[in-house]
Amino acid sequence: MINIRYVINTPLEKDIICQLKAGDEVSINGIIYTARDAAHKRMIALINEGKDLPFDIKGQIIYYVGPCPAKPGKVIGSAGPTTSGRMDAYAPVLIEMGLAGMIGKGQRNKDVIDAIVKYKSIYFGAIGGAAALIANKIISEEIVAFPDLGTEAIRKLEVKDFPATVIIDSYGNNLYDIGREKFRKI
Amino acid sequence: MRVVESSVITNTVKELCITSNYCLNEDILKALQEGLKKEESETGKIVLENIIENAKIAKEEEMAMCQDTGMAVFFVEVGQDVHITGGSLTEAINEGVRIGYKEGYLRKSVVRDPIERVNTGDNTPAVIHYDIVEGDKIKIIIAPKGFGSENMSGLKMLKPSDGLEGVKKFVIETVDKAGPNPCPPIVVGVGIGGTMEKAAILAKKALLRPVNVRSEIEYVRKLELELLEAINKLGIGPAGLGGTVTALGVNVEVFPTHIAGLPVAVNISCHATRHAEAII
Repeated sequence: MINIRYVINTPLEKDIICQLKAGDEVSINGIIYTARDAAHKRMIALINEGKDLPFDIKGQIIYYVGPCPAKPGKVIGSAGPTTSGRMDAYAPVLIEMGLAGMIGKGQRNKDVIDAIVKYKSIYFGAIGGAAALIANKIISEEIVAFPDLGTEAIRKLEVKDFPATVIIDSYGNNLYDIGREKFRKI
Repeated sequence: MRVVESSVITNTVKELCITSNYCLNEDILKALQEGLKKEESETGKIVLENIIENAKIAKEEEMAMCQDTGMAVFFVEVGQDVHITGGSLTEAINEGVRIGYKEGYLRKSVVRDPIERVNTGDNTPAVIHYDIVEGDKIKIIIAPKGFGSENMSGLKMLKPSDGLEGVKKFVIETVDKAGPNPCPPIVVGVGIGGTMEKAAILAKKALLRPVNVRSEIEYVRKLELELLEAINKLGIGPAGLGGTVTALGVNVEVFPTHIAGLPVAVNISCHATRHAEAII
């Protein structure tokens, strides 16, 4: 079986986003930013106060992850995706502001999918639990905001050959729905 | 009367924290390998290959299989002829978690208060379920629980008239609703009977049994197999991307209950289903 994997470089351009379809396998290279529940709450608070975000969000990808501490000599500890649905309350605002892509695992709600379609963003799935494997694809790590949040701080990661699958494309196709329907026998 | 020093308990717990997070259990690995042969989806096969590869990397490079190293959950069977010296048993266990999660480079994922949500910084307190048993040993089982799967768990107080069919319906519905979120292929722990909290503990205890070992009660054994077959027809598949290996196993535990009740708890666990044990 031929397994084509598209190479994606960040920042992510809209024309690349529009070429990707649910089910496409990708290899991501470049800078991605990490954030989960607590950091998202703070980012939305900053937006509501009319302040700048800790990084320019246009064209960027946010990876929903809270990594393990790094062993001496390692860049980062185990770093697989967390359940994206917990960030659904915050994602549409960020997508409207230019967030190009999100990496996580698990379903997204209708508001997020609508925002993805309206503003041409994209949702990638990383394999939940493949955290050691994914850690080896992260070649540098730097905390850029909220260090007091520890594992939930915003980190700037440089990744090389980060494997992911397009779950929700910019047309609203959802691999979780498509896949389940294909194999459902009950 | 046998004396056990609390420092021995701390050290044992420390090791359990690390081992359970670094090393995938044999029964799960075998189930993943068998799943790889049976999986009908090409994407599903790739996911399973990656999960198996991840376990290998974690063991060899001595790191956590998953970044969600979980809330430290313990089942502790204290022999009634044991006398513990050197400090509180609960504190000894928590100290073991503190040291184990530090030295093992495991994630600190516990907040002091569920509403105020400030991280405790050391993954304590642990959740500890104690049993007093006969004898002079202490058996400590750790089952670190990640919340991707825990959040998909559920409990329902059925009516006795709902019966076995009602139980099956609730279990399958719970798994269907969870979809990709708990990192399939999952292991499903089911507790039937008792009271509300007893059913929940039964469901979690059920996850400690190897996935290839069936219940000794005939109708329960049949139920476990039927539930597994039904769940694997849902089409959720590895990582929820579609496929036929949605669950590696279903373990059911039962307990006497009230004449007016039929509590059912479903504790969903991921493809790591981490647990390790030691006997002091």
